[in-house]
Amino acid sequence: MRRTPLRRWLLGIWAVGALVYLFIPIGIVVLYSFNDPEGRFNITWEGFTLDHWLHPFQVEGLQEALVNSLLIGVLATAAAIVLGTFMALALVRYKFAGRSQANFFIFLPLATPEVVLGAALLGLFITWGMNTGFLTIFIAHTMFCLSYVVVTIRARLQGLDTHLEEAAMDLGASEWTAFRKVTLPIIAPGITAAALLSFALSVDDFVITNFTAGQTSTFPLFIWGAARQGVPAEVNVLATMLLLGVLGLMGLNLLYQRRRARRDALATSEPAQPAALASGLSR
Amino acid sequence: MGLRRRKALLPFILLGPGLAWLVLFFAIPALTQLYVSLQTGNFEVGYTFDWAWSTYSEALSEYDEQFLRSLGYAATATVLCFVIAFPLAYFIAFHAGRWRNFMLLLIILPFFTSYLIRTVAWQTILADNGWVADTMRSVGLLEEDGRLLATRTAVIAGITYNFLPFMALPLYVSLEKIDRRLIEAATDLYASRRQAFMRVTLPLAMPGIIAGSLLTFIPAVGDFVNAQLLGTSRQYMIGNVIQSKFLVVTDYPEAAALSFILMAILLACVLLYTRVLGSRNLEEAVV
Repeated sequence: MRRTPLRRWLLGIWAVGALVYLFIPIGIVVLYSFNDPEGRFNITWEGFTLDHWLHPFQVEGLQEALVNSLLIGVLATAAAIVLGTFMALALVRYKFAGRSQANFFIFLPLATPEVVLGAALLGLFITWGMNTGFLTIFIAHTMFCLSYVVVTIRARLQGLDTHLEEAAMDLGASEWTAFRKVTLPIIAPGITAAALLSFALSVDDFVITNFTAGQTSTFPLFIWGAARQGVPAEVNVLATMLLLGVLGLMGLNLLYQRRRARRDALATSEPAQPAALASGLSR
Repeated sequence: MGLRRRKALLPFILLGPGLAWLVLFFAIPALTQLYVSLQTGNFEVGYTFDWAWSTYSEALSEYDEQFLRSLGYAATATVLCFVIAFPLAYFIAFHAGRWRNFMLLLIILPFFTSYLIRTVAWQTILADNGWVADTMRSVGLLEEDGRLLATRTAVIAGITYNFLPFMALPLYVSLEKIDRRLIEAATDLYASRRQAFMRVTLPLAMPGIIAGSLLTFIPAVGDFVNAQLLGTSRQYMIGNVIQSKFLVVTDYPEAAALSFILMAILLACVLLYTRVLGSRNLEEAVV
């Protein structure tokens, strides 16, 4: 039945073209991290240099901005994962009055433009007389990461067989032990995917942060501020490093899961990470 | 009895802290916005609450152009995203074989490079003296003094680019779920490939199409980064107005009113869209 592969060829060419489109700007970002611009604007190619890679933090304020971003990313992800995992468990495992309303409510922040979320939060902080800064950024990021975490982990839990936990409890495990020893390992890939997504969203968030940051700087805020006078090449270096870091983490996680899959029959049905991330994003 | 009550309470205990966070930092701010939008006054003399509904009509008539522009840009970008992403998602779901995970990874990867710096990269690509503009001028696609940057095209291209993964991933998920035997059954029953696609594949992919287009359209309407970095004030969208009203002009009541109008318009669009595409309720379509 293998006939007329022309259609498939065209599809394949289109698909590769679309991926190239996605990667052109990323390629430019990486390439221009090696550029040696003459003026402030890192826009035209002037010559190759490793200078920015060797001294990525020589630009004033960049290091502080990046550290803030990473710190907020870790803290907001941790908070969102803890709160969100329990929420997802409640939503999938239990039938209770108001469940569908709760599902809808959790989905709402995802359906609200960021500019509205940010503006609303700033309004609240002003009304409460709260100074905007590190803490308010953390609050805001945890809020929007939470919804993403819940939908990602919920998707993972939905296909899960509850008999395994029941079996564990029949064999004398307490509810907590059953959760720790059975449920948690099974949903671990979902949690990892959710954490990765949440961290990426937090570190990259500009719009909501712009409203809630006050005088505190983050990596995207630094780029925004620099965009008017020309973004220094060091920013390209750090963006590339972040990308490589995430790729490294993903690779390690994949290796770990493969090893575990070989050891553990339960894990063989696990979707690979990109697929889990995809289903999280698309809910 | 004690155990049963604990069982009944457990979902609320699990749900409670997270839900409280969302109520405190999502629902209450939204309601506060409503309150703020009905106030009058300014930053210097303070604000008083006096049911100032007129702010809404004033805001709408003053910025109708930006509202319409936002909807137009976002709709165009959503259609472009669909046209680019559907064949991509289809190829990955049906033909990519062992390349599937790799291609999915490539779609996700842009999420891990800063959104802003990718948009700044588009400035480089579309720059007046860049090779894209030069090439287009030399083949006559662009006038001698024509620009790519700071145009409507640049802003729409930027939005399309930035939200493409949000379209591609839901499309992939729904296409991947389709039982191939249904398509085979259709062709066995003498449907042409085209008919099988139109009457089996496409309807089954509908949840992904709805989710993907909403995930693209909604943030695109509120976007202001692309208009700011790739356009000029003549391409400014409603997000730019809300942003500057809040952070630069500090006209909080009008900024809040604009946010609410934006939300109302989006809600109306979403309801209309899901109604037209025949989904019974909103949550089912997107969650």
